[in-house]
Formats: sequence, C-alpha cells, structure tokens
Amino acid sequence: MSEEVKAEVQAKIPAQAETPPPVMLPKGNELVLSSSPHIHAAENVPSIMFKVIIALLPAVFAGILLFGAAALLVIAYCIVFSVAAELLWCKLAGKPLSTVRDLSAVVTGLLLALNLSAGVPWWLCLIGAFIAIWLGKQVFGGLGHNPFNPALVARVALLIALPKYMTAWVPAKFMNGNAASYARQFFTPAAWNSVLGAPLDGVTCATPLGLVGTTAKVLGPAPGVFAEVANPTAYLQYFLGNVGGCLGETSALALLIGGLLLVLFKLIKWQIPVFYLGTVAVFTAVINYCFPGVTPPALFHLLTGGLMLGAIFMATDMVTSPMTEPGAIIFGIGCGIVTCVIRIWGNYPEGVSFAILFMNALVPLIDRFATKKPFGYHPWDRKKGAQA
Amino acid sequence: MTPNNSSRPLTFKGGIHPSKDGKALSRAAAVREAPLLAEYQLIVQQNVGAPPELLVKAGDELKKGQLVAKAGGFVSVPLHSPTSGKVKEISRIPGPMGVPVQAVIIVADGNDEWGELMPPLDWKTAEPQAVRDRVRDAGIVGMGGAAFPTHVKLSPPPDKKIDCLILNGAECEPYLTADHRLMVEFPEKVLRGAALLGRALGVKDIFIGVEVNKPDAIEILSSQAAGFGVKIVALQVKYPQGAEKHLISAITGREVPTGGLPMDVGCVVQNVGSTAAAADAVLEGKPLIDRIVTVTGEPVKTPGNWRLKLGTPVAEAIRFAGGVTCEPGKVILGGPMMGFAQKSLEVTVMKNTSGILLMKKDDIIQYQSTACIRCGKCLDACPMNLQPGSLSAAIESEKFDLAAKNNVMDCVECGSCAYICPAHRPLVQHFRRAKAEIRNRSKK
Repeated sequence: MSEEVKAEVQAKIPAQAETPPPVMLPKGNELVLSSSPHIHAAENVPSIMFKVIIALLPAVFAGILLFGAAALLVIAYCIVFSVAAELLWCKLAGKPLSTVRDLSAVVTGLLLALNLSAGVPWWLCLIGAFIAIWLGKQVFGGLGHNPFNPALVARVALLIALPKYMTAWVPAKFMNGNAASYARQFFTPAAWNSVLGAPLDGVTCATPLGLVGTTAKVLGPAPGVFAEVANPTAYLQYFLGNVGGCLGETSALALLIGGLLLVLFKLIKWQIPVFYLGTVAVFTAVINYCFPGVTPPALFHLLTGGLMLGAIFMATDMVTSPMTEPGAIIFGIGCGIVTCVIRIWGNYPEGVSFAILFMNALVPLIDRFATKKPFGYHPWDRKKGAQA
Repeated sequence: MTPNNSSRPLTFKGGIHPSKDGKALSRAAAVREAPLLAEYQLIVQQNVGAPPELLVKAGDELKKGQLVAKAGGFVSVPLHSPTSGKVKEISRIPGPMGVPVQAVIIVADGNDEWGELMPPLDWKTAEPQAVRDRVRDAGIVGMGGAAFPTHVKLSPPPDKKIDCLILNGAECEPYLTADHRLMVEFPEKVLRGAALLGRALGVKDIFIGVEVNKPDAIEILSSQAAGFGVKIVALQVKYPQGAEKHLISAITGREVPTGGLPMDVGCVVQNVGSTAAAADAVLEGKPLIDRIVTVTGEPVKTPGNWRLKLGTPVAEAIRFAGGVTCEPGKVILGGPMMGFAQKSLEVTVMKNTSGILLMKKDDIIQYQSTACIRCGKCLDACPMNLQPGSLSAAIESEKFDLAAKNNVMDCVECGSCAYICPAHRPLVQHFRRAKAEIRNRSKK
C-alpha cells in the first residue's frame, strides 16, 4: 500500500466517526387514524366472481365443444346484454357505474347462457339478460339483496313465456354418430342462423327427461319402459354431455370439475350439492324400486336435465343460499325433494329451476333457525349461558 | 387434568389466518436495553378500573421504582417511577385513545438509581397472600393489552373454585414478538412466575399455551417446565388464539358462559409478560417500571424488541430502532388486528403496550364497503359463533334491541369478521358502536 493511499484511508476514518448516520424519524403529520383491524384479507367481491367464472369454464368449453359455434354466440350475447343491462340500470338509477366492475353481471350472463339452448334467438338472450339483471337483481337493491337467483328467474320467466324457443333443443354434435365429421359439424349454419334470428327448423331433438315424460304419459307406468333411455351406454353419453339440452347443463363431467374448483376455492358449501344430489338419488331410487315403471333409476335422474348445473352452480349461489352448514343441508334436501316431485308427478319434465327458486324463498327462514350455537351458551336453550 | 392427549396442536373453533404475519421482522431480534432518555412522560392511569391517586407534585425528587401514585381502590394498582430524577410537572399529553391524559413528566438525573426495593420473598416458601399483595404493590396488570389488575384475578371470590391457571403465550397478533422473546430469553422467569401465581391461586394445573410458530419458545420452556410443575401446550397458529375465552376452550375444552369470566369455569388466565413481572416483583422486589416492546413494521429501519421504560415516547422508541426508511402511513400501539392507530408520536409506552407497529403508506387502504353478498365467511371466522353479517344489518338500521337479542354483547371485538369480509364491511366497528350504545341505554 502506498503512502498516499494510507494517508487517504486514515483521513477517512475520523470523518466517518464524526458524522453518525442521521436517524430519520416519522414526521407523523400524515398518519391515518382508523379503527382496527388494520389489515385485511386479499379476497374481495370481484375476486370471488372471477373465481366463479374460472370454475364455470369447464362447462363453457363443454358447451362449445358439444353444441358448436352457436353456443359461443349465445354465451357472448348473454354476457354482453347482462353487462349492458347492469350499466343501463346504474345509469337510470343514478348509481355509480363502478359496481359493474364487480363482475357479478358477467357471472349472471354466463349462468343464463348455460341455462339456454344453443339455438335460442339473440333477442331471447336480450330479454333474459334484462329479466335477470333488472327483475332478478336490481329491483331488490342490487347484488346481495336479491332473494332469488337472477339467472334462474330469467330462465323460468322465459320458459313460461316463450316455451317454443326454450324447448327447441339443438342436438349435441356427437349425437347420431357424427363425431367423424366433427370439424365440419362445429359450425352448423342452422343453429348459428337461429341465434341470429332465423327460424330453427329441422335440427331440434328431445332431451332424455322430455322423452321420459312423454313415454310415461303415453304408455303409462310399466316395467322396462325406460330401457331405451336408461342403460349403461346412454349413461355414458349423459355423463359426457352428448345429449340434447341447455348448452351448459348436459355435461355432468365438466360440471363436476367446476364443482371441485368451487370447493377448492372455498366459494360454496359442499353440503348443498351433496345433499341435493343425494336426496334426488335416494328419492328416485325408492320410487323406482317401489313403483316400477313410474320413473327411471336414480342414475338417470342424476345425469340428465339441469340437476348437476343446478346443484353445483345455481343452488350454491352465495346470495340466495343459507349461510350456515346446517342451513345448507336443509336447503339441499329441500331442493332435492321439490325437484323429484316435479320430475315424477309434475307437468314439466324438469323441476330443478322451480325447486331452487322455491327453496330460495325459504332461505331467510332457514337462516333464522339453522344457526350455530353461540360460544358460551347452553346447547339448546339459547337464553341461558353454558354450564360451568 | 391434562389437555387433550393428541399430539396435534390444540385450538378453538372459528378464527382466521392473517395472510401476512410479519413476525419474521423481529422474532430473531434479542431484547435490547434502551438508552436512558432525558425525560419520561408517565401516564398516570395505566390500568383498567379505578385511576391511581397521584402522590407527587412538581419539583419532587424521585428514585427509580419509587411510588408515584397509589392504588385508587381494589381494582386499581400503584404506579412507580421508571427512573431517578425530578418531577418537572404534572400535565396532559396525547393519550393512546386519542384524548389527552394526565401524565407525570419526569426529568431523569442520568443516574437511573434504584430507591428502596421491596424485600425479596423466597419463591419456594412465599405465602399465597404475600404473593397476591406483592403483585398488587408492584403495580402489575395484564400486559397483553387488557391492563386489568393482575391481583384481582388472583383473588377469586370464595364460591369460585379455581383449578387451572393458564398463561397466555399465544401471541396471536401478527407482527408482535415481545412475548416470544420473553419466553425464549427469560424462560426461568416465566416459569418461576407461573409457579408463584399458581401457588397464589392454590391450583395444581398450570399451563402455558404457545402457538407452534414459536418452536424455540416451546422447546426451551418444555425442557425446564417439569421442575416448576408447569405444562407447555402447543397451540395451532390461528387468530385470536390468545383471546382469553378461546385459550381456555383450546386447552381445557371448557366454555366460559356468556357474560361470565374465566373463573366461572375454574380458570384464571394471565399474560406471560405479567407473569414474568410477578416473578421480578416477588423474587427481587422490583415494581413494574419497564416492559418488552416490539418496535416493528416495514418502515422501521431495524425492527426488534426493546426493554422500554414506562413513559418512553413512541418517537423515541422509533429512534432506538434506527428511525424509519420511509414515512409511515399508520402508527399503531399493539398489533394490526386489535391495536390502536395513533395520531401523535408523543404517546408514551404504558404497561400494556406490547408493540409499536408502523405501516407503510401503500399498505393503508381505505376500503369502500359494498353490500353483503352473504358468503358466510364472517360466520366461519367468528370465534364466538355470532352472525356478523345479519348483526351489522340490524345495527345499520339502528335496531339495537335486535342486535342485543342476537348476542352482540358477546362479541370479543377480535376483528376477524372485518378482516375476512370480501365486501370490506366494517363489521367489528359496527359492533363496537352497538355495544357502547346498548351499554349507554341500559344505564339510563
């Protein structure tokens, strides 16, 4: 080390010791005062809605795969019209337009689309979207205040008002052994044009539940009458979704994957779908066993119609289902019983929508009684404290 | 009695897991002694209950540990001088709750010289009554935050049979590590204090509940516990594990009845800090004049744990920690879940100040709350099994009778509901208001 450098180093040492690093203290003139807690979980309403959309994607893909480009068109129309309905309402009602950002209108639109046939005309999507958003949700005060599932309100309203369009089922692309020519089939001009407003002729089919309804009425109860629709080969097709029906309800497989996602995301109470499906299974199995020929076996009921979509996505809607686990069990069982009663003895072949709406109406009552025992109280006498 | 024999850590039903626990900032930092300050501002009322009666006036000379105020009743404790010096004045300074409070301003003489200490007692032979008296005379209160006089909890009415003393070492509040460091660095003090308080209560079962995120504390306490007749209980990491009722529930399975106290189920709960202070008081005759405080948060330059004298201004505590690297958005006394945000840095350390937490401006979010979407997360989070969603709806429409009927008075104000709510509803804030409102109405 040269002398120069040494001198330089020595010169530096005292200089450092003389000036300790200044301590910067907060000025404290911009402190925020607020009540605790001062931290918050990351989850918010838009993130919940986003996760619901993610969970719906398997059913969306299945719908497009099964029913082709027309399904995509219906989904797009429903979402766009729902968001438009939300925006328009907020504008007219003088509410902040920012509520649109919570994505709930997108979820409603998507659920509505999944509850429609892939061949419904665009104006039906428009009416459905406005019924869902305006009559199903906003008239009650908006998200969180609606007693009924908005998408189901729209579906039932459309079913009653426009049955001709709501029950014109487009066959799945793989039905009738057309899988080989799938690429060509994906875009079916008939269904596509029908969504754009042309009459839907010659491409409709029946749903399994519809067939069963007619069979039972025409032939009367007789053993073996359901062999054609209720057999292992048919079950596999139902499970995959290769049947006629609403574009999002046919594939039990896709819906079950979505249901798993919802449970993983902790967005639904698993008790609702499990007790709903369980009740339907037990109820129909008992009827099928005790009164042969009245109704097909339980597995048929589980895999057909809107049951999976209803049990997994519609009945579990946070806003319109009970908040406690015991309440969820009661709700699920109730939905199951009403669905079976309508399916077996009602005029409509399908009862899922009516069942869920009916049980939605009972939710305030269920919530009032199916509560958890507050900490420190007697197990059944809530007026008394816990026993020491 | 032994707690549940399973090897799994115990816990209660409900609660939350805060996403950011922040303890890593300061949990490895050993407790440091703070340099002597020129001036201390000793807040007179540092306990719940009757305010102490001031014994000094401006100009009085004080020794360290000398009585400054005597207990103002049974539910009250005396207050002692944190250092030797002179009383400059009795004035009002900003209090931790936002209102000015009476304080003794002490100018330190720099000698930090003890006055006459209370005579030490032998820890093996000290009589229960002597321990109780000493805990009272040393001015010990619940140092976890409640500031309830410790000797009152040690004096249950004769009709309450106490069979279990539980020491609270859960420290479930994020960011705080003061109790953690105390248990790791002074395990013997905690255990001796535990044995003493157990004797004062005449109980055989003494438990120290510690969350499993403090494995070093569990290990060192467990290795020495047998000699003191104390059992260490590992608890799951969950907020509010350290809430009195839920600590009892986790360890003994007993449920404190509504409106009741731990003694109604034969339990007494004490904070580990208070327990260590009791050991100091009994074995060394020292009154409570300082405590371990966690000074932490992202803006703090060197977060850590300090032994701070009562009356240390928050600004000075932050200076000990090297100051800040950025202007904080919030200064909180206590933890982020139940602590109190401060407007002034002149607030001083009190017996129940477990932490001084600074938050970055970016972390301060003024949430816009939206309508309840009935997701039910608050029901799962509420450790009291209340229904925060519907309770807040009742309170917002001023239906306080309905809120009372739905047990709002049982709310422990832990804030789990407000933490978890995806609609950012100020749930616990509503309940605080309703509880105050209902109490006021019942007074009329």
